[in-house]
Amino acid sequence: MLDQDNTALVQVRDLKMHFPIHSGLLRRRTGAVKAVDGVTFDVMRGETLGLVGESGCGKSTCGRAILRLYDITGGEVTIDGTAIGQMGQGALRPLRPTMQMVFQDPQASLNPRMTVEAIIREPLDEHTRMTGAEKADKVAELMDAVGLNRRFAKRYPHAFSGGQRQRIGIARALALNPKFIVCDEPIAALDVSIQAQVVNLLEDLQEKYGLTYLFISHDLSMVRHIATRIAVMYLGRIVELAPRDALFGDPLHPYTRALLSAVPEPDPTRARARDRIVLQGDVPSPANPPKGCNFCTRCPAVMDVCKQVEPTYQQVQPGRFVACHLYETTGTADPTAGHPPHIS
Amino acid sequence: MTDRAPQASADTILPAGDPTPPVLAVKARSQWRDVWDQFRSHRGAMASLVFLIAMILFVLAGPLVWRLDPTALDIRNKDLRPIVNALWGAEKVSWAHPMGTDNLGRDLMAQIMQGGRISLAVGAAAMILSIVIGTFVGVIAGYFNRLDGLLMRLTDLFLALPLLPLLLVMMLLFRDPLRAAFGPEQGIFILIVAGIGITSWMHTARIVRGDVLALKEREYVLAARSIGTPSRRIITRHLLPNVLSPILVSATLGLATAIITESALSFLGLGFPPDFPTWGKILADSVPRMTAFPERVIWPGLAISLTVLAVNYIGDGLRDALDPRIRGL
Repeated sequence: MLDQDNTALVQVRDLKMHFPIHSGLLRRRTGAVKAVDGVTFDVMRGETLGLVGESGCGKSTCGRAILRLYDITGGEVTIDGTAIGQMGQGALRPLRPTMQMVFQDPQASLNPRMTVEAIIREPLDEHTRMTGAEKADKVAELMDAVGLNRRFAKRYPHAFSGGQRQRIGIARALALNPKFIVCDEPIAALDVSIQAQVVNLLEDLQEKYGLTYLFISHDLSMVRHIATRIAVMYLGRIVELAPRDALFGDPLHPYTRALLSAVPEPDPTRARARDRIVLQGDVPSPANPPKGCNFCTRCPAVMDVCKQVEPTYQQVQPGRFVACHLYETTGTADPTAGHPPHIS
Repeated sequence: MTDRAPQASADTILPAGDPTPPVLAVKARSQWRDVWDQFRSHRGAMASLVFLIAMILFVLAGPLVWRLDPTALDIRNKDLRPIVNALWGAEKVSWAHPMGTDNLGRDLMAQIMQGGRISLAVGAAAMILSIVIGTFVGVIAGYFNRLDGLLMRLTDLFLALPLLPLLLVMMLLFRDPLRAAFGPEQGIFILIVAGIGITSWMHTARIVRGDVLALKEREYVLAARSIGTPSRRIITRHLLPNVLSPILVSATLGLATAIITESALSFLGLGFPPDFPTWGKILADSVPRMTAFPERVIWPGLAISLTVLAVNYIGDGLRDALDPRIRGL
């Protein structure tokens, strides 16, 4: 449909993750928080897809839903040729080694009562039949790979710094030789100096093991550094997906432009010359998104049609996808761009 | 891993280009040794452990040394005062009965020893039973949303039951079949332990459920799910060790409650047979003449409260010792 490239490792089609809201005396279902509401993209083998957006736009939920840590509301996820969207958790278990996750808060993602060795060994305990000595060797090897001293294997997570803890989390994610790792803001909780170390480590590991990342972040400069393609999310939907340089060089969607204009510019003369787009208002509630385009309440280029009709997510240039009415009529690459948009 | 594993393990055994030798050989101290070291540094807990062991020895080995029959009547020597009273007055004291005797001339020390066996056994067994039930219900209710409502309403139901009448009904219904099946003392023991156990698990269940509800949203549980750890192992590996502190606290409190409840049952004549001493019953029997003979309340009272205090301290020390953050590793 969008990109039938057969090198796609992960295909996400119209993924929806709604969390029900129960209220009233009888706890009836009265609505849903549409955390992820129809997201479609591919992640190619060996690439890093950056997923950016402001807080609460559904980035993390999207990452977790792709790994089926939630039971998704709708859509399909295909990882390495296997459709896992509607699979039961039991059937999913043998596939878990393929896909792993690195979490945002290295403090919270490590069990305080387990030693580092036990933490890194847990995936091995669950999925391999190695002997104790083999596991110990593998743990030591993983600790080497992420730059942790093997002497620390018997220590507990609280004895480590934030960066070291994140390395423990990465070692755990690597233990089963996954193909696909969702990095859920892996650097958001770290110092800037440590951020660089961790990002470099992730890049080295990617090169070494041929990993594919979905890199979720709100740090645009870091995403620019690590990602090959970038998807921008707003209120549960992807508004724009483009190769990194194209996105940073020529953002199409008004929201992307606003987001990029918020990146600090180190050169003061250029910073002064640049006009910042400051969005007005707040993000609407995902429980009650606006009619039409989700961004229509804050869009500087809003048109009448935006408030009525939901824009379609379509390819406007080779490899560039955008969901905006500005491009629906002027779209050049997509022959279907001019068709009457469907009303949702 | 299939292609890298053999090579990797060979690497670790023979670090060819690695300048640092493999340091895995650094002897890792056993985790339980660390726990014990931390426990020893808690003075109250150590003192309590010594006290509790002494108390257990006293009630277990004591009757072998102090061979008086706790139920033997000796009317001529009734109402003897404890030996310490000799310090301040010409009281009726006798070295043959250092803690004194009761109004029927039964030796108090022998009674405390014999009663301690029962009280400690009932307290420990009932506490373990209630902790097991409470933890099980709490973990299941907290972890599986679907069962939460049902199990918590069940807990509320048990909390709303008037316990003493319930226990009385249980005693009446099941005493005779159990006595027939296990003998008079065993049968009553099982009945009392079961009765106290299944009427005192609710607070533990609520506390554990609350903690599990908070813990299961933690990222390390999510990480375990992303690894593919099944729920049962998430519970045993990640949740239970982290709810250990509240469980230990309710366990230590539960022991005290169990001993007291047993005494209440004995007081009502529904526990052990009347000639069968327990700490609770010695205490209850002595209450009417407490003003004249305070020691008869003080001895069992001291035994109960010091045991409970000791268990509390041990639980405190154990909780600290089992927490790696406090252990400072």
